[in-house]
This record gives sequence, C-alpha cells and structure tokens, in this order.
Amino acid sequence: MTDLSHIRNFSIVAHIDHGKSTLADRLIQTTGALSDREMKAQVLDSMELERERGITIKAQTVRLHYKALDGEEYVLNLIDTPGHVDFAYEVSRSMLAVEGSLLVVDASQGVEAQTLANVYQAIEADHEIVPVLNKIDLPAAEPERVCEQIEDVIGIDASDAVHISAKTGLGIDKVLEAIVKRLPAPKGDRSAPLKALLVDSWYDAYLGVVVLVRIVDGVLKKGMKIKMMSTKATYPVDRVGVFSPKMLTVDTLGPGELGFITASIKQVADTRVGDTITEDRKETTSALPGFKPAQPVVFCGIFPIDSAEFEGLREAMEKLALNDASFSHEMETSAALGFGFRCGFLGLLHMEIIRERLEREYNIDLITTAPSVVYQVHTTDGGMMEMHNPADMPDPVKVDRIEEPWIKANIMVPDDYLGDVLKLCQDRRGVQADLTYAGSRAMAVYRLPLNEVVFDFYDRLKSISKGYASFDYQLEGYEAGDLVRMSILVNAEPVDALSVIVHRSQAERRGRAMCEKLKELIPQHMFQVPIQAAIGGRIIARETVRALRKDVTAKCYGGDVTRKRKLLEKQKAGKKKMRQFGRVDIPQEAFINALKMDE
Amino acid sequence: MDQLAALADQAANPGADWSYGGFGVYIHWPFCLSKCPYCDFNSHVRREVDQARWSRALDLELEAMRQRSGARQVDSLFFGGGTPSLMAPETVGAAIETVQRFWGLTDNAEITLEANPTSIEAGRFRGYAEAGVNRVSIGVQALNDAHLTALGRTHTALEARAAFDIARSAFDRVSFDLIYARVDQTFEAWRGELTEALAMAVDHLSLYQLTIEPETRFAELQARGKLRVPSDEKSAAMFAVTQEICEAMGVPAYEVSNHARPGAESRHNLVYWRYGDYAGVGPGAHGRLTSNGKRWATETVRGPEAWLNRVEAMGDGLTQAVELSLSEQADEMMLMGLRLSEGVDMTRYTALSGRTLQEERITPLLEQELLTIEGKQLRATATGRPVLNALLRTLLA
Repeated sequence: MTDLSHIRNFSIVAHIDHGKSTLADRLIQTTGALSDREMKAQVLDSMELERERGITIKAQTVRLHYKALDGEEYVLNLIDTPGHVDFAYEVSRSMLAVEGSLLVVDASQGVEAQTLANVYQAIEADHEIVPVLNKIDLPAAEPERVCEQIEDVIGIDASDAVHISAKTGLGIDKVLEAIVKRLPAPKGDRSAPLKALLVDSWYDAYLGVVVLVRIVDGVLKKGMKIKMMSTKATYPVDRVGVFSPKMLTVDTLGPGELGFITASIKQVADTRVGDTITEDRKETTSALPGFKPAQPVVFCGIFPIDSAEFEGLREAMEKLALNDASFSHEMETSAALGFGFRCGFLGLLHMEIIRERLEREYNIDLITTAPSVVYQVHTTDGGMMEMHNPADMPDPVKVDRIEEPWIKANIMVPDDYLGDVLKLCQDRRGVQADLTYAGSRAMAVYRLPLNEVVFDFYDRLKSISKGYASFDYQLEGYEAGDLVRMSILVNAEPVDALSVIVHRSQAERRGRAMCEKLKELIPQHMFQVPIQAAIGGRIIARETVRALRKDVTAKCYGGDVTRKRKLLEKQKAGKKKMRQFGRVDIPQEAFINALKMDE
Repeated sequence: MDQLAALADQAANPGADWSYGGFGVYIHWPFCLSKCPYCDFNSHVRREVDQARWSRALDLELEAMRQRSGARQVDSLFFGGGTPSLMAPETVGAAIETVQRFWGLTDNAEITLEANPTSIEAGRFRGYAEAGVNRVSIGVQALNDAHLTALGRTHTALEARAAFDIARSAFDRVSFDLIYARVDQTFEAWRGELTEALAMAVDHLSLYQLTIEPETRFAELQARGKLRVPSDEKSAAMFAVTQEICEAMGVPAYEVSNHARPGAESRHNLVYWRYGDYAGVGPGAHGRLTSNGKRWATETVRGPEAWLNRVEAMGDGLTQAVELSLSEQADEMMLMGLRLSEGVDMTRYTALSGRTLQEERITPLLEQELLTIEGKQLRATATGRPVLNALLRTLLA
C-alpha cells in the first residue's frame, strides 16, 4: 500500500491517432514496467481488433512506479479509456475513477470533435487537466496556434502545455514530472469501512470474472468477504492485484489505488458497473452515486449466411454478451433471411466491432441488415411500444404518432469544407444550434435525428471533408416526426430485411437512392429484375436490372475444362454469400450497402 | 438420336462413361512465328526447334499415356498449338505412326492439323496429307486485311483464300476459324464477311467472338482504354445474326461457336464436348483418362524446354494426375455438354453424380425457355446458349 500523497491517478484524453496509445506505451517503457522485450507496440490495446483499428474498447489500467526529481517514489495509475463516441459511457465512468487527465493534442492537427467530447467529460469529473502537445517534431507542428485553440475552444490554460514526441520519446520525462507536480493526490480514509468503485468487469478464461476497482476508503485484502451494495450479494475475495500491465498479485489495495479482484463471481452480469463494493461485516454507510446503465441506441438484424450456423451464432453472441453488457440480442425471423438476431449497440462502431468479432473470432459468415434506431410508437389506444425493427411497425391506422431520437452533434471542420458539411446536415433534417470559429476551423453544433446519422452520415462527412472533419454527439431525447415505413420490392416481392423507417419528406429521395444502389448491387440475371420502393401500396421509385444479353465462353476445349470446373466451384462458394429471393440472387452486402447514398 | 441412344447404352456405368464421347489424342506443338495480341494459348516464339528431338519426346510421352489409358482405339488425333503447321511433315507422320502403333486408329479416324494460311505453310499441305492428316483447320480469322493486321496475323485475305483452295484439294475435310465482334467491326461488315466465308466451299466453320483474355496484349490495351470492343448488346446481336445466316446456308451451329454441314462436325472436339477421354501430349496439354474405373485429369509442364527435359528424363511431362470425383465429372460433363445443340443425356448426369438435377433450379429455366427437355436430352435453347455461363451458374452452382 502506498501513501495517498504518493499516488497519482490519471487518464489520457485524445482524438483517435493523436498519439494516446503511443504515449501510454512510452510511459510504460520509461518507468520500466515492461522490459523492451515485452513491449509490443500499444500494449494496452490487447484485443487483436483493437490493435488493428487503433482503438481501445474496454477500460484498462496500468500501475507505474516512478522516481521523481524530488527523489520520492510515486505510484502512477493510468486508466486507458476508449476514445470513440460509441463508448462515451465507458469513458465517463473511467473518468470518475481518477483525479486528473492528460489532454493529448496533435500539434499539427489541433483540437478535434472527439477531443472535445472527452475533455468535457474530464472537466465534468472535476479533473485537473495537463495539456500535452504531441508530434512536436513534425514540420507541420504549430504549437502556439494549437495552444491558442485549446484556450479558445476548451477554455483551459495551455500556457504550460508539455511539448512531446511520443514517437521519439522526446519530453516523456516532463510528462511524468507534470503528473506528479500538477495532478492532485487522491483523498481517502484508510481506517474507514471499505468503499470501492466497481469500474469495469470482464470474463477471463483462466480467472473467471475479473473486477476492476478503485478504492475510495478502507482496505481491500485477499480472503475478505465483500458485498455488492446494489445486489447485496457477498463473495470471498480470491485474489487482489494490479496491472503492471501484466497481472501482479498484491496483498492489499488501499485508498486511492486502482487494481483488480477475483472473487468466484460466476458471470459478468452479476457485477454492476458503478456499484459500490464494501465489506460484508463492516459496511460503509454511504454508497457511491453509481452510474446509469448504458442503453443500446442502434439496432440491426444479424443473420448467418448459412442457416445451419444459427446455433453457432447464438453461442457466439452469448459469449460476447458475457463481456459486454451494452450489447443486446434477441431472436428474430425474417422471410428473406431466415433465423437470426435483432441486436442493439451503443453506436455504429460498436456494431462494426461486434460484427467483425463474430466473423473473425467465431468464423461465422453474416448478413447484417441496415441499422435502425429505436422508435417510440404511440398507438391510438394510448399505448407505447419501442420499435427496434421496421418489420414490427403496427398497422398505420392504429398509430397515433411515432417519436424518434434526436442527437446534438459537434462537428469540427476546416473552413473550406464548411459549406458542404452544412448542406449535409441540412439534407439530413438537421437544425443548426451554433456555429463558431477558432482560427481557420469552424465548429458547428447541430441537432439531428439519429436515424439520419446511423447509416452513413460519418462516412459522408469524412468524404466531403477529405477526412478533415471530426464528429461527436450526445443523445438529446425523443420528438414526434412524420415517419413512414418504406418497403423494397425485388422482382415484385417485398424484401422485409430491406424495409426502413424514413421521414416522409425524405421518402422519395431515399427510395430512389436505394433502388439505384440495389440496381448496382444485384447482378444481372437471365431475366429483367424490377426493383421498387413503396410506401403502403404506392410505388415511389423504380429501377430495373436489365436482363443479361450475352454471357458465354467462345472457346471451350479439352484444356479449358479444369478451369471451368474450378470457376464453377468458386461460384458455388460465392452463392453461399447470396440470398435467393424468389428467383433473384441478392448479394449479402446489398442488405447494408443499399442504404449508403452517394449524394 | 439413335446414335446418341447407342452411345448411352455403352456408357451406362461411370467407369465406362468416357465411351459416350469416345477417345481422342491431342498433341500440342507450342511454337509460333509471332504471338497474336488476343491469344492466351500456350505458345512460344523460338528461332530454332530441333524437330527430331521433339519427335522423340512426343513418342516417349505418347507411350506413357498408352500405359495410363490401356488398350483402346483412337477415334481422333489432333495436332493443335501454337502453330502445328510449323511442324515438318515427317514429324507429323512419325507421331501418327506412333499413335497407330500404340493404340491403333479406328477405320474412319479423324486426323486434324491446325494450320496458318501463309503460302509457306500451304506448301506443306500435300506433305501432311501424305503423312496421314485428313482434316485441316485453318486460322483465317478475318477476310479483311486491316483487321488481320490488327489481330497480329501475318497473312492477307488473299493468301488465306489461296491456302484454303490448296487445302480443299489436299484434304477430305477443311474447316476454318473466323474471329468476330472485333475491334471497330460493324454489324453490317460482319454480315458481309460471314456471307463471303460461307460462299467458299466450306463444310465446317469455327466462329469465335473476340474475347479479351487476361495477360494478353489486348487485355493491356483494354485496361488502358485503348481497345473498343462492341457492347454486350451489339455482340449479342452479332451472335444472333451469325446463327441465323449459318442456319439459312445449311451450316447450323452444333456447338456455341462451331458450325457444320450435318455429318461434317469435328469428331475431335465432340470428344471434349461429349466428355469422352483424351490423352493430352506435349507442353501444357490437358487430358482426361479413365483407368481402372477412375477418371484422371492430367496436365503437363507448360514451358517447352522444361517439358522436353522432363520427358527425356522421366518419360513424361506430367505435373498433375488428379483423380476426379464422380460429382466433379458430372459437373464437367454438364459444363461441356450443354454447349452442344444435342445437349446432354440426363441419365448420364444421374449415373455419374448419383443425384438428379435440382427441380427448383431447372423448372424456372424451362419456364423461361432457356432449357428444353426432350426425352432424356437436356438442351440449351437458342435463347439459352448466348447466356450459357449464367445458365450453368443457375443450374449447377
């Protein structure tokens, strides 16, 4: 146990690619927590997928030992948090487990929307914030301008920002000193009854459920019988430890310390993130405020391409859900796609990650349907249902009104692209709330219906701004809208998995765009294939995939048979990736790409 | 139909399935004087070829194939290439003799040689005929000099006609090839050219739509946007008019790209399309050989020198002899057989694969009149054949 005055707990706030993980790696390396041989680039991102995409999903901690210039030994606890908007909730609870933050900004790029969203959370959690300018060695670095921007946009003093290059290691010593000198030590009472925050939990194949805790008061030790204050369940503590970043067993954890415990807890669902952990026989009188649970906001259907894999998919989803309380799944049947699941996610990235993990780690080929938000359908009899799937839309005569979720979006974009960005927001039914400038960058605040954002807003934003715009959002609430269900008919048959809820004013444009897109996605057949968009019985758009006129190999002799047969075998494999709809083959990617609009 | 029924009887069990199509020997001569920009065949330009050495190597590989095939009679022998009309008549004669010695040729066996219509090669026609060749297939390709140049051909239309006349007098049977739906070719120009071709005393024609094959000079030009080939619509129309004209002139299509007066069909190519057995000899040659009730797919080394060295060292140039499963054989039989106007015998498919064609796949194709069934024969119709690849995908994939 370390004395409170010699502990510093902190997180790192940064936009993606601004160097958060590289800085974390440098800190680990400089303090000798891992030998050079053990250093794998970006050690904290342990999941393969995380490392590949350069993003962090689950909170992770690492304890560093640092001998400061004042000659004293300090324990520094870094909590690494996800940077993406989908995981804002996990960021906020991690922030509550530490007292300070390093705000890392790329000195050549400046403040981005994601930086803003996360730094506001740090400010909300009462953090002391140390600005760090990274990539100072790049020729394009403009430290003065970026400092000004930090002061203008975020409103914190950046005059003594630490200048570093995480890549070369320049200035890392100064960061360590700033942590010790400028961040506050945690407070707590060692003699008080145990009070600890349950920061996160996950399932480990060898240890069972691992619980990440932050001790507020008292001491946590092995053998102690602990109690979860929300569920009243008690568990004997099997193991107490810290991450160095390897798991390291310790005897006790005291106030201000971050570490983990294992306690024969059967499943992650038995632990509530934000719960207060206390000692069974010596309970604390006041629980910590806790967190509200994260709600899925984006839903989509996930179906196995090969219907024989349904059971495998179910098992895989159950395993994933064990470690991810914010991912929900419920069985769903589609006329087009067979048996599958309706799944809920925190956002689009979360959806992508789950989908990729299912395909990669569990080796199941999937069809994903267009993402949809949760609508609140108020019926004429005064009832209300939450609609996760356009297929569940009640008969329009029974619907009084439909409410849809709205978000508040912060978009930061260089001047040059502002016009296009505003047009995009306008086209997506956005309402401007604010528009400010910081240097040559504009920050637009828009209220937008989430359903206009879930398909491809982010992709469009990136493409019209050549990748320079950044975007973040929070949910605001529900509002009534003139919403209708649009069905898609392929060869005169409705394809349920392609129906979407749209605003009436957008229906025709969307319908046309979907028909055009499907025309590109559906291969030519030996007959023509009409594609129609309809609201109720009314056709609002139509396209036709023309019939194949010519597709035959001119020369085919003895030397060509093997090649032809191998091609046929490839086609057989390819056909598994198609869905047969009546006589029409629809490729799996059509179910999601049909909604992407190339305006 | 009687002939087909007789074949079906012979081939009733999978181990004898090959006899439905008969047995052919293919000999590949891999050399050309120059490489044509559309050609993706295994052809190589060499200044000197030691024909005596090649002749010995061909003999060695023929012997190896005889061991695999067991004793049977050869229905057809085919010299393909490359440019086999660059072979010395003695080399051709020696190979024919070897085939005769190892297997024996049937009484009315077809012995075909592919030839280019230059005057030099036409000068060897008599020699080939004396060596035993009874059919030539001439690579005329076009009857338009500008287009011949664009296709990389070294002969003129006039030379081609002269070569055809010499061939007519030297051989029992003469066929020639034309390529159409060429770069910058109009519908009307093709109509005219085809009519001219049919006016020559020809009993067999191979009419190929120009196909841009990967890794050819044309493919490279096309990738750079420098090759204007007719649209699918236009080439479909050209295909249709080709069928119409040939039919009217009594030379109907018996296969996607092959037309003949009844009785003048290429016996050799029917071996492929009826999915018979064939021994493939020479560099890069493919074969299908049944032995002890199993059917093997064989393939030889592609490079001419590598093949030669290997044959001299090991007795054959085989890189692969893979046993084909019954369902693979069934697929191959369908892929080839539906190219023919006569179609395929469905009981043969059932005997090979152990199953029938899927009802739900075949019914829509019948309804759309892309396929027809008459007795046991399944055929692609006149509307089905131009989209045969798509049809086969639907039926088999």
